[in-house]
Amino acid sequence: MHELSVAVSLVELAWGEGERLGGRVSAVHIRLGALSGVEKDALRFSYEVACQDTPLAGSELRIEDVPLLVYCPTCAVDRVLDSAQFLSCGICGTPTPEVRAGRELELVALELES
Amino acid sequence: MTAGVPRLVEVRQNVLKRNDLLARALRERFARAGVYVVSLVSSPGAGKTALLEQLLTVLRGRYRVAALVGDLATDNDAERLARSQAPVKQITTGTVCHLDAEMVERALEDWDLAGLDLLFIENVGNLVCPASYDLGESLRCVLMSVTEGEDKPRKYPTIFHGSDLAVLTKIDLAAAVEFDRGAAEASIQAVRPGMPVVTASARRPDGTAALLAFLEARLVEARPSAS
Repeated sequence: MHELSVAVSLVELAWGEGERLGGRVSAVHIRLGALSGVEKDALRFSYEVACQDTPLAGSELRIEDVPLLVYCPTCAVDRVLDSAQFLSCGICGTPTPEVRAGRELELVALELES
Repeated sequence: MTAGVPRLVEVRQNVLKRNDLLARALRERFARAGVYVVSLVSSPGAGKTALLEQLLTVLRGRYRVAALVGDLATDNDAERLARSQAPVKQITTGTVCHLDAEMVERALEDWDLAGLDLLFIENVGNLVCPASYDLGESLRCVLMSVTEGEDKPRKYPTIFHGSDLAVLTKIDLAAAVEFDRGAAEASIQAVRPGMPVVTASARRPDGTAALLAFLEARLVEARPSAS
């Protein structure tokens, strides 16, 4: 389970940004892609652990799911896929190696209390 | 500002930014030194070390090769690989289930990279966690042994998707375990359309020929003057 390592990195990053911006971090907003390799529940659990004994203790983790978005060269449009198990267009079946979104593991915003 | 009402401030940064920056610096350092870096990922027991031992032994006559090998505990793998006479260093991660760029950087501290053509990095046996950590490598190979089941790529799509080459290992056992190569290839292509696939056996003298040919072609591409 590498979610704890990811959570520690997230807390360090948010902590540093919080200090730079000034104020107590009350919530951390992240975007999590379907192909990020990070499991949401494990990350939530790890986040609480990683926050312990830091200024972020008690802060909330808000996760926005980013679906897997691929480009279909045949249809010439972006398609959302339900699963990373078949990277092909749901309409025409063409393989879709080009991933446009879904790898995100991104700190997006902080809620700060003054 | 009203007290108690939090303000929302956009900060947009990759969560693993520190690792990504270190990996980028490593990649630049590798390029400057002219060393081609190949990482190996797989589940435990897929045959990374056996394959690497043979690769190092064969390549050592033609190139300056070395390896870093990651494990949770023990330096048994480094000892095995040292039989190839190539420089080998163990990275013991303790409880950490993957290598990260900082571990690689630390392991390379006293190495002269300019004295190498090829560096292999064997990751911890794990098909989940290593996927998130860029090590600055030029090529990531994912190994899958014929004893594991043809649908492994669909079970671990992230790591297969994030790799550049799939190696079907222990191919000498294919018949004994009724390995369906077509199904395995279809599973790989489903999660990573266009992925090159080679087979390998560390038990046969010429068992790594296809992989060696692939690596040498990439090496020549990466450093046209070296051939």
